[in-house]
Amino acid sequence: MKTTKFLSAAAVALAATVALAGCSSGGGSSSGGGSSDSAASSCKPSGGKVTLDFTTWVPNMDKVVAVWNKEHPDIQVKVSIVANGNSGTYQNFFNQLKAKQAPDIGQVEYDSLPAFRVQGGLENIAACKGVSDVKKDFSAGLWNQVTFGEDNSVYAIPQDSGPMALYYRKDLFEKAGLDAPKTWAEYAEDAVKIKAMGGNITNFAKGDVNQFAGLVSQAGGQWFKNSGQDWNVNLTDTASKKVADYWQDLIDKKLVNTLPSFTDQWNNAYDSGQDWTWVSAVWGANTISSGAPSTSGKWAVAPMPQWKSGDSASAAWGGSSNVVFSGSKHPAEAAQFLTWLNTSTEALSQLNEVANLYPASSTGAELPALTKGLEFYGNQKIYEQFADAAKDIQPFTWGPTMTQTYADVSDGFGSAASGNGTLLDALKSGQTKTIAALEAQSIPVKK
Amino acid sequence: MSVNAPSRRDAKRDATSAADARRASRPASGRPDGTRGPRESVISRSAAMLVMGVFTLYFLLPIFWLLVSSTKTVTNFNSTAPLWFSATAIQDTITNLGELFTRQDGIYLRWMLNSIAYAGVAGLIGTVLSAMCGYALAKYRFRGREALFNVFLGGVLVPATALALPLFLIFSQVDLTDTFWSVFLPSIVSPFGVYLSRLFAASSVPDEIIEAARIDGSGEVRTFFTVAVRLMSPALVTIFLFQFVAIWNNFFLPLVMLRDSSLFPVTLGLYTWNSSVNQYPDLRTMVLIGSFVSIIPLLVAFLSLQRFWRSGLGSGGLK
Repeated sequence: MKTTKFLSAAAVALAATVALAGCSSGGGSSSGGGSSDSAASSCKPSGGKVTLDFTTWVPNMDKVVAVWNKEHPDIQVKVSIVANGNSGTYQNFFNQLKAKQAPDIGQVEYDSLPAFRVQGGLENIAACKGVSDVKKDFSAGLWNQVTFGEDNSVYAIPQDSGPMALYYRKDLFEKAGLDAPKTWAEYAEDAVKIKAMGGNITNFAKGDVNQFAGLVSQAGGQWFKNSGQDWNVNLTDTASKKVADYWQDLIDKKLVNTLPSFTDQWNNAYDSGQDWTWVSAVWGANTISSGAPSTSGKWAVAPMPQWKSGDSASAAWGGSSNVVFSGSKHPAEAAQFLTWLNTSTEALSQLNEVANLYPASSTGAELPALTKGLEFYGNQKIYEQFADAAKDIQPFTWGPTMTQTYADVSDGFGSAASGNGTLLDALKSGQTKTIAALEAQSIPVKK
Repeated sequence: MSVNAPSRRDAKRDATSAADARRASRPASGRPDGTRGPRESVISRSAAMLVMGVFTLYFLLPIFWLLVSSTKTVTNFNSTAPLWFSATAIQDTITNLGELFTRQDGIYLRWMLNSIAYAGVAGLIGTVLSAMCGYALAKYRFRGREALFNVFLGGVLVPATALALPLFLIFSQVDLTDTFWSVFLPSIVSPFGVYLSRLFAASSVPDEIIEAARIDGSGEVRTFFTVAVRLMSPALVTIFLFQFVAIWNNFFLPLVMLRDSSLFPVTLGLYTWNSSVNQYPDLRTMVLIGSFVSIIPLLVAFLSLQRFWRSGLGSGGLK
């Protein structure tokens, strides 16, 4: 009896607290932006013994951090390994920021950085010691991702990147008397020939809108522009239309497979030699070698096909950075740790070894593990290909609601792949829905 | 003797009539068109069996797939028949298990123990609380009893998922997020358990027994723990199992509350691994065998508690 009374009283109290918490947190997050701006001018070490919380999903990150902890008894880092960003961790970060319980350091993919920025969730660490020195370690396009092109601002340190290239079945191409396609036009011609031989040139990934965004950026497209205050959304610019029409044509002629990627069927299509190429990022090397083990030694990597013969434009798919969340009491120490983690040979070689990360930093490209030939790829030094590609990654600005944009566009791609509507229709409706989503969050949109 | 006589006569009559029926049915079954009666029952019975068989297959097939898949290496998983064991099943299982229990310094075992702690301990406490609550609602008359009960009924309708975020905000006010308690405390509350307890207490604990206990000088608390709990025990086992499964499967609350992977329950841990499968494909085997191993405690809980699942324990106690 007492229990029930207590419980119901507690329930009422809880409900009241929720309402209050809701109000106060709303105020907290909007003022977060202000506090991070003021921190840019001063970033003083707090001194004494400091413990930093670091939430990431990179497996074995604890082993890399253990190296740091051993050398820096005064700046101890405590790692939490959680699920992938889009599998709930970003949502948790937002909740924790609202409740002022966010960790000091978090893992955030490039395409989600703007979402945190517009919510005022990121600390500007530009003034912290050592941060401006590491700028030279990263390509301009990548550095632009973490500064949002703002002056005197650094909101994250790049960790890994996903330069894209063309994985192709060298053996099958040779047997068919074909070279790796250098242009998209050649790629489409090869698609017809490969179809005649009973294969598919590739699989159109209806669910991987971020891959498609990479293809668009390679063609010179820009989906988002942030001119000062306003966001400009344009999912259907000339380049996007060109890329959408190109793939729509391949889908209409049934020259490509349309299996959901990273599934068993999809693996099987590669393993059985049904699908011949994959335009993917550097991390895709492991996806193929584990998903299609019976094709070992038969793959090779070539640069992405180009729109104009002789160009060398590339793009990125995936990759993530480390941010300092606003409200962290120790941004200076956090920045010091992050520059070590993402630019020192010591940390990068560990990250590459235990977590298979392809480092964003140029020092990382010289790691011995990234300069040797891989058996699965016929002893080709594939990482050198990707290092070249990384230099030509076209700049691309991500929007503040990418999760929503991806979901809406991928819905449309799904129906386009099964014959209802086109890829361009999907981009158009994705654009409308993205603008609606931005307005719903009172983010100013230029029309 | 005189009592037995009519019944023996009845038995004899029954036997005779049964024999008559047999005799009557024999020529009937001899006729080709007269076999409709018995055969219809065979058809309907086999139809029922078929439906049940199909559903059993439907429910067991995923588990069988999980069992088969967890005995494979990543290579065999992609290349061999999905519903049958590969040639090297036994040694691969051993390798997989070894890898499962040693990965990240054996964190999987930690997750299992966490799950057992959350589901087992919180389930047990929750069952006791529910039983006390339901018993009070069923056996004591007080003002607002029905209103209170209706609040509990309302609580049954609120999904646990909807409460996770408010709970997170509340727990963060008292700095309890990312602790054992942030998952444990919300888990001991079960409105559905209260509802079941009230129903079971009303039906299986007769007022007369409580009164008899009072007359014998037993206090209310003692009556509850020594008399009522025993009479309600089949119901309590049911509530415990419900609670245990609900906590075991409550995935969203730990997802929102916890950051420290050493506090994860096994569901969240496996989810964490699964979310990285695209980039670290060797985790797939770990997720599969981890999922399979993780259903074993649930199976054990169900099978071992099943024998307590008898009802009507106190039904013969009166008269």
